[in-house]
Amino acid sequence: MNQVTEEQSIRMEKVCYTVGGRTILSDFDMELERGVNRTILGVSGSGKTTILKLILGLIHPQSGRVFINGLEITNRAEAEYREQRKKIAIVFQGGALFDSMTVGENVGYRLFEEGRLSQAEIEEIVQEKLRFVGVEPALDLYPAELSGGMKKRVAIARALAADPEYIFFDEPTTGLDPIGVYNIVSLMNRLQEAGKTTLMVTHDLPTAFATSQRFSLIHESRLAFEGTEAELRDCPLPNVQEFLQPTDKSLFV
Amino acid sequence: MIRLSAIDQQLLGFFARFQAFFFLAWQAFVRIFHKPYYYRDFAIQFDKLGFSSLFICVLTGLFTGMVMALQALIQLKPFAATSYVGGMVAVTMIKELGPVLAALMVAGRVGSAITAELGTMVVTEQVDAMRVEGTDIIQRLVTPRLKAMLVALPLLTIITDAISMLGGYLIASGYGISPIMYLSTFTQFMVPLDYLEGVTKPLVFAFLITMISCQTGLNTGGGAEGVGAAAKRAVVLSSVLVLMCDFFIAKIFVVFR
Repeated sequence: MNQVTEEQSIRMEKVCYTVGGRTILSDFDMELERGVNRTILGVSGSGKTTILKLILGLIHPQSGRVFINGLEITNRAEAEYREQRKKIAIVFQGGALFDSMTVGENVGYRLFEEGRLSQAEIEEIVQEKLRFVGVEPALDLYPAELSGGMKKRVAIARALAADPEYIFFDEPTTGLDPIGVYNIVSLMNRLQEAGKTTLMVTHDLPTAFATSQRFSLIHESRLAFEGTEAELRDCPLPNVQEFLQPTDKSLFV
Repeated sequence: MIRLSAIDQQLLGFFARFQAFFFLAWQAFVRIFHKPYYYRDFAIQFDKLGFSSLFICVLTGLFTGMVMALQALIQLKPFAATSYVGGMVAVTMIKELGPVLAALMVAGRVGSAITAELGTMVVTEQVDAMRVEGTDIIQRLVTPRLKAMLVALPLLTIITDAISMLGGYLIASGYGISPIMYLSTFTQFMVPLDYLEGVTKPLVFAFLITMISCQTGLNTGGGAEGVGAAAKRAVVLSSVLVLMCDFFIAKIFVVFR
């Protein structure tokens, strides 16, 4: 395995985040190394999405530090880390496609914004990405005309368009039928084969085990576990086992 | 002690929102002169904000002008001064009612739409998605709306004024006032500074309505219910501030008169 330097990873150190007096994360540590795909597990409302937003600098922690490829983004103005953030793309839970734009305009959004490529070059990239996710015929449709699964796939195409190093997935399989889930999992595997590093937050264990090598589990705003699938399954901690195999003790928790 | 702490929190929250409003307003204003200009977004917003409010402003101007003339004529008739009706309608509409009524119509119709649109984009994570894609959201979402409103509202006000003059004449003609008599009294009642006042007010109102609507929309939380509440808050705040600012701008022009 290649040695991963600090410049090739995303790191969170002792991050604390509270909102409205409620602690979401407390002394949270995590490292996402290039080429090592990770899933953050936890029950709904445990702060998984917050972790993604903290890394992207969409929200700021009360204390602790966040680094993207060696650059600390904590407490910097957005303009200062905008370039660094372009190394990351995210597929939001609901897709977050822009309502007023067609699928093609959504996918080519960042390229149009950057203005470095010609219209023809952007259109070619857009078609290539839509072909990759299997929704090429939807090029001229608006998001309101797409199914849930198609929205997710278009969101993945948009994430891919700017050729990022890292792709974040926020609950990518929630609300999808088994075929939709299979499509998303196989897409994630193809992305990883293409050299992208993925960070997923989910509570869907089969999807997590099918797409990641390392796992972090959040429990009560703290990191309860970090390790491989085998280590997770063998972990003796009651909270971890309860998450993997819920029992009556979990009722209404 | 608890009560004091709650008041402290309220005050802190108020000043934080106040500061955030001025920060956003300044950032949006500065970006008017910076690239990228987003001409397409400006054109779309101008169409949405300006043309969509045209009909309602025409109706408001027409009936306000008519009722102004009617009331003025009733008051002036005993003094045999009905010939002054044109000047009275003009001074009231151009300096006060034209800008204020157009602004209130736009605040109700467009301000709520801006807040609802931006609020929906926030709660569906579209704004976050734009930020991740490297977009400066003030430049992309706020400045085109501000530019469109700064052009559209003065134009709507001028149209409202003109239509109200026409409405006033429709009523005045029934009292035997000729068009020349109606128009000739304008210069007796108004000085050039009054016309400047009539254009300055919509510029200030446009800035206020857009910035309040955008600020409220971009700070929306709580799903669909939050969007509805934010739209209502933006309209109420915009309308109240339009009326308050109207007084202060009038006062400033009185000083320089």
